[in-house]
Amino acid sequence: MSADTHGHAGHHHGHGHDHGHDAPHSTRGGYITGFLLSVVLTAIPFGIVMGGWIADTRVAVAICAALAMVQIVVHMIYFLHMNSKSEQGWTLMALIFTAIIVVIALTGSLWVMYNMNLNMMPGMASGAGM
Amino acid sequence: MSDTLIKMIFGRLSLESLPLHEPIVVATFAGVALGGIALVGALTYFRLWGYLWKEWFTTVDHKRIGIMYMVLGLVMLLRGFADAIMMRLQQSMAFGANEGYLNAHHYDQIFTAHGVIMIFFVAMPFVTGLMNFVVPLQIGARDVSFPFLNNFSFWMTAAGAALVMASLFIGEFARTGWLAMAPLSGLDYSPDVGVDYYIWALQIAGVGTLLSGVNLVATIVKMRAPGMGLMKMPVFTWTALATNILIVAAFPVLTAVLAMLSLDRYVGTQFFTNTGGGNPMMYVNMIWIWGHPEVYILILPAFGIFSEVTSTFSGKRLFGYTSMVYAVLVITILSYLVWLHHFFTMGSGASVNSFFGITTMIISIPTGAKIFNWLFTMYKGRIRFELPMMWTIAFMLTFVIGGMTGVLLAVPPADFVLHNSLFLVAHFHNVIIGGVLFGLFAGINYWWPKAFGFKLDKKWGLVSFWCWVVGFWVAFTPLYVLGLMGVTRRLRHFEDPSLQIWFVVAAIGAAIIAVGIAAFLLQIFVSIRNREALKDESGDPWNARTLEWATSSPPPAYNFAFTPIIHDLDAWYDMKAKKAERPVTGYLPIHMPSNTGAGIILAGFSLVCGFAMIWYIWWLAAASFLGLIVMAIAHTFNYDRDFYITAEEVTETENARTQVLARLGA
Amino acid sequence: MSATTIPTTGDTPVFYQLEEEHHEPGGSTLLGFWMYLMSDCLIFAMLFAAWGVYGTSFAGGPTSHELFKLPLVAVNTAMLLFSSITYGFAMIAMQEKRQGAVQGWLLLTALFGAAFLGIELYEFSELIHEGAGPWRSAFLSSFFTLVGTHGLHVTFGLIWLFTLMVQVARKGLIPANVRRLQCLSLFWHFLDVVWIGVFTFVYLFGAMR
Repeated sequence: MSADTHGHAGHHHGHGHDHGHDAPHSTRGGYITGFLLSVVLTAIPFGIVMGGWIADTRVAVAICAALAMVQIVVHMIYFLHMNSKSEQGWTLMALIFTAIIVVIALTGSLWVMYNMNLNMMPGMASGAGM
Repeated sequence: MSDTLIKMIFGRLSLESLPLHEPIVVATFAGVALGGIALVGALTYFRLWGYLWKEWFTTVDHKRIGIMYMVLGLVMLLRGFADAIMMRLQQSMAFGANEGYLNAHHYDQIFTAHGVIMIFFVAMPFVTGLMNFVVPLQIGARDVSFPFLNNFSFWMTAAGAALVMASLFIGEFARTGWLAMAPLSGLDYSPDVGVDYYIWALQIAGVGTLLSGVNLVATIVKMRAPGMGLMKMPVFTWTALATNILIVAAFPVLTAVLAMLSLDRYVGTQFFTNTGGGNPMMYVNMIWIWGHPEVYILILPAFGIFSEVTSTFSGKRLFGYTSMVYAVLVITILSYLVWLHHFFTMGSGASVNSFFGITTMIISIPTGAKIFNWLFTMYKGRIRFELPMMWTIAFMLTFVIGGMTGVLLAVPPADFVLHNSLFLVAHFHNVIIGGVLFGLFAGINYWWPKAFGFKLDKKWGLVSFWCWVVGFWVAFTPLYVLGLMGVTRRLRHFEDPSLQIWFVVAAIGAAIIAVGIAAFLLQIFVSIRNREALKDESGDPWNARTLEWATSSPPPAYNFAFTPIIHDLDAWYDMKAKKAERPVTGYLPIHMPSNTGAGIILAGFSLVCGFAMIWYIWWLAAASFLGLIVMAIAHTFNYDRDFYITAEEVTETENARTQVLARLGA
Repeated sequence: MSATTIPTTGDTPVFYQLEEEHHEPGGSTLLGFWMYLMSDCLIFAMLFAAWGVYGTSFAGGPTSHELFKLPLVAVNTAMLLFSSITYGFAMIAMQEKRQGAVQGWLLLTALFGAAFLGIELYEFSELIHEGAGPWRSAFLSSFFTLVGTHGLHVTFGLIWLFTLMVQVARKGLIPANVRRLQCLSLFWHFLDVVWIGVFTFVYLFGAMR
């Protein structure tokens, strides 16, 4: 792991510079790129739903969900300056770990509750409410 | 005054809220009040308030905060155990015509309070306290990453504990069981203040827990001494890292689910109601997404303690360090994949239940690997049977059985029979007492000399040890038997007289544990009295292996005059083996954080805000919340947060140490 | 214990660092704050999970298809996106050490944020007015809680932003303030990321039902 290189010499080095040594250096171009991409990635799903561009709801849902994922990545890169180097990779590692836990908790909850409704309240599962 | 005005000022708080009709509570209150007055009087008489405020309450020193956590845990242990012994007494009496001495209203509060206190306000403060004290020393750091936050975290935890204690005398506590399952905890079935006390106590303490988790992760990641790569970190630090990652990733779930429950109770939302489209099982689902990692939050640091103790007292390097680290990491991830095993009976069907049953069985594998690592560490070692090692061996014998009953419960069909039975109660006490608590006692006995400069008395330690271990088995074996016979948990009264003998045996076990606790308190008392005889000046009384033993006992505020450089795992052992020279001149000023009272003030506002919310005193809630925000903002305007310990002061402290070491060496 | 595990630098290993290295106060702040954000992420994950489970539990009340007004949501999304880019420009001005520009961009960010909150409050009050308050059905409970929690974060972000503007005005772009601006930057952009989930999974999907 990268922290292993946090040895003797490297240690002194890392502290020499100015205060924002681990802070990302943002550029105007980066922000504008991110902004334009976000505008496009927001406009398309709104268009799909408001304009009824795609008749099949399932396809529309899939496309919107995919675009949201892409836009999240765009924000992560251009606005939050995620990369594998900041804080020796710890921020990225924390993000990946969180993403795993979020996926487990979200899909797990949905799976568990869906199956419970299916088994315990047949006929009322998903959609019918009460 | 009109009724509405009184309601506006006091909310639903009135004289009837005081449980004057419960003689047990009144007697307890009298005792606590007298003790409290005596304590306050003594502190005032000896003029200790200024000292406590300046040196302890406002301190940002991780060692002192760690000790304060331990004191909090100990006080709450006494309260939690009082609840336990009351339950054991009730259940051993209440058969047939005998109703016992506790009414249902009171009994239900007791079992709820017992669970909540033991997990949140005993185990958590103990674990956090040990990590706080030990981790910065083990990694060669001067303090944690965010010293002020550390102080604030402690006071938030203490504020949560204070709310639980207040519920004993003002109003009542929840009667829902320690997880306050919906819809029982909803407004329809629990309209009084009990569940609100529960919610606010946990939310306030939860903020502290979360922030201390963030703090310790940042500390371990950023503050390690030069040369200490990840794979050179002591195992306790590794487990602390994993535990705090789990805290950061699990406690928000608890916060969210309790917030939804509060909304149901305060705003009238429909999350967990039976009407309006709500679903109480969602509460169960979400709270266990937090609840299962919580189990590992408690046990992982205990595993770390056992690793340090086993290797120190076997005089050997830990067997299978790498596999130990990977086992911890695997457990960290897997602990998020097993939560449904707490409610197999919900009825999610065969596929869901088998998935979670299998993951549960898998998680026992890394744990088993750790047991073998400890055994192989002991193998061919020169084992010294000091107290920490005794606790460790008792842990291995006890915990393995607890683990196996756990695997048994992981089989869904078996769980359908044993769910919510006393078998389950016996199982989790087996792992929590046999794992977490034994680990904490091992840790307390192990690190006490580091914290105070003298060892704990061995004779009383042995009395405490044997009473705890024997008492545990006498108390909980009958519960396994009763559980297999189908007796469910949380019952106040029984009809079948043939069961009584088992409950009587269990009560005797609890009484033996009570002797164990008393012996532990005596052990501390006797040790303080005999501190000159038990004194350790070397700083390394156990001939130990990790960095915390490289400095004096108790360590100076700055921990290390010169930051150590690490070349090997077991850094201190390495330094001793290679006869590392301790530098004795050329001390420099040391940069340290300053003490601040902001933490305790912020926590005080939170406490008042929580209390006001519980009793619907809206003006006070709003005012204290505003106070909280203003105080927090005001604190950010203070940029002057650190100072230098002068080189002269460091030189003076270190020269004294040099002389002591020379005298010991001569 | 084998001899191979002992790496040394030269003949005699150095065990103490005799020169005091300068530890930057707050060197862990960004990482610590990032971890706090990750924990916040999990709060939102649970609220999204609740939305996923309750999103169609209308309990005979109004449905998401009937209630959601997408043009309003589109405007709101634009507000938040604009506030993100203006905050980005504030950060660039900060790097260039132009204090006045930093304050200007921060103020603009605050205006967009306030507009976002205003529109959201308007939407909420309309819904409650129509009898679709959070107590009407589990669907509305989870909707109000998820969107409201996001709104609450924006509110605290605004309080923080104004506090920082005062602090920058008083102390200038000193390292402590730079660090705080960077933390708020993470916070603000993080809220925009959460909003992507909200407008997609709550509003757009809800409107399609």
